[in-house]
Amino acid sequence: MRKKLLFVLLATGLVLAACGSDDTSTGGGSGTTAGTATAATFPAGSTMDAIQKRGKIVIGTKFDQPLFGLKALSGQPEGFDVEIAKLVATAIFGSNLSGKTEFVETPSSVREQSIIDGKVDLVAATYTINDTRKEKVGFAGPYYVAGQSILVKKDNTAITGLDSLSGKKVCTVLGSTPLKTLQTRAPAADLSILFDTYSKCVEALKDGRVEAVSTDNVILLGFIKDNPGLFKLVGETFTVEPYGIGVKKDDLAFRTFVNDTLEKAYTDGTWAKIFETEVGKATEIPTPAPPPLDRY
Amino acid sequence: MGVLLDNLGAFGEGLRTTAALTLASYLVALLVGTLVAAMRVSPIAPLRWLGAVWTEVLRNVPLTVLFFVFFFGFTKIGVSYVPFISAVIVLGCYTSAFVAEAIRSGINSVAPGQAEAARALGLTFAQVIVAIVLPQALRTVVAPLGSLFVALIKNTSIAFTISVVELTRVVKELASVTGEAIPLYLGAAVAYLLLALPSSAAIGAIERKVAIRR
Repeated sequence: MRKKLLFVLLATGLVLAACGSDDTSTGGGSGTTAGTATAATFPAGSTMDAIQKRGKIVIGTKFDQPLFGLKALSGQPEGFDVEIAKLVATAIFGSNLSGKTEFVETPSSVREQSIIDGKVDLVAATYTINDTRKEKVGFAGPYYVAGQSILVKKDNTAITGLDSLSGKKVCTVLGSTPLKTLQTRAPAADLSILFDTYSKCVEALKDGRVEAVSTDNVILLGFIKDNPGLFKLVGETFTVEPYGIGVKKDDLAFRTFVNDTLEKAYTDGTWAKIFETEVGKATEIPTPAPPPLDRY
Repeated sequence: MGVLLDNLGAFGEGLRTTAALTLASYLVALLVGTLVAAMRVSPIAPLRWLGAVWTEVLRNVPLTVLFFVFFFGFTKIGVSYVPFISAVIVLGCYTSAFVAEAIRSGINSVAPGQAEAARALGLTFAQVIVAIVLPQALRTVVAPLGSLFVALIKNTSIAFTISVVELTRVVKELASVTGEAIPLYLGAAVAYLLLALPSSAAIGAIERKVAIRR
């Protein structure tokens, strides 16, 4: 905790002093091919203009979410959220992002405050759009729709989705939202085996103590990646968690700009390519169609 | 307060499991602990070593780790039990290490002349331990064994980490559903006290009954 706090303070200091060292993205690499080669020009006073003049965009993401935002041993965060955020950076700076992106860890509890305080320009951190949050921040996107799903062993044919969980041992975390969802949507499922962490559920699944694990598909995808060839997801997702890019609440121009950037990536295939590279390859799941943008 | 009354059934079920878990584990702990204590004072060196390793490993590893290793790790080598039985084994073995140490200290309090006299009369080592030493040793360690029982009642709450539906797990679950954590946890505290206080009283009574009058 103290370490994290220190990091946040340090990161904030770097931003304020605008003299951060080079521990930023080397950028320009994967997923940014669609960007324009030269930087665009923006109306004076706009957020895009301010970022461009500053020479650096500060992006809040998760550092501990496999496939979406994970800080690798190399020190560079990587994942789907990271590449989506880099699309915005590319739209501002052009395709050479070297030294122009700075990633700050924004765990779930600090995302709104980081945006409100201006510690970050945008947040792409498995950030579900909902009305409570819309009162504090603005959301571009959604750029991905996550939802609760079911993980089973690869050779399991008995469980095909939410409707086939009756009498089956399904594991999730004690006291969690996914547990409540299962209790109402699959009341006949056997929910006697519950743990305090999802990794224990996955161990129990490996050992055959339970037949399925259920929570958000993004978490489950991380387990598929960590255990190649062992598991698969079955059925449709049965909750809706649209992931958006968080920006300042009243900055409509920047929100529109991010939405335009996403729309361009939807139509020219960049979005699909990023999904394929960051998520599809490691988990063998098909690339979905990009979700329709919600320009409110 | 209402949330407690509304869920009295689930609460009672959890309390029952906690009590069953405590009694079953304590039985295992007493049997294994006595055996290990006897091993530690036996004339056969490998047995003494084995007893020492058992005691030191089990009492120096956190209970949560033991639960995890036994429940998830041992499955990989084919040892797999349902959560309740797993919890009895883990809690029983963990507590047995402390029981063994308590009994060993009791054995050491029996005058060496007792064992020597018994040997001189031609009793085997096993006979000396069972008939002469342990009856005297156990009387002196009723209080520490009682403390271990009370500690065990509370240690059963860690069994929720391997999904045993005992009192703590019931409370956690109800708290997350109802959002009324404070009355529920206070209720749990009272329930644990209801288990522990009579136990302490019973231990006191046993101690007075079996005390060696000197």
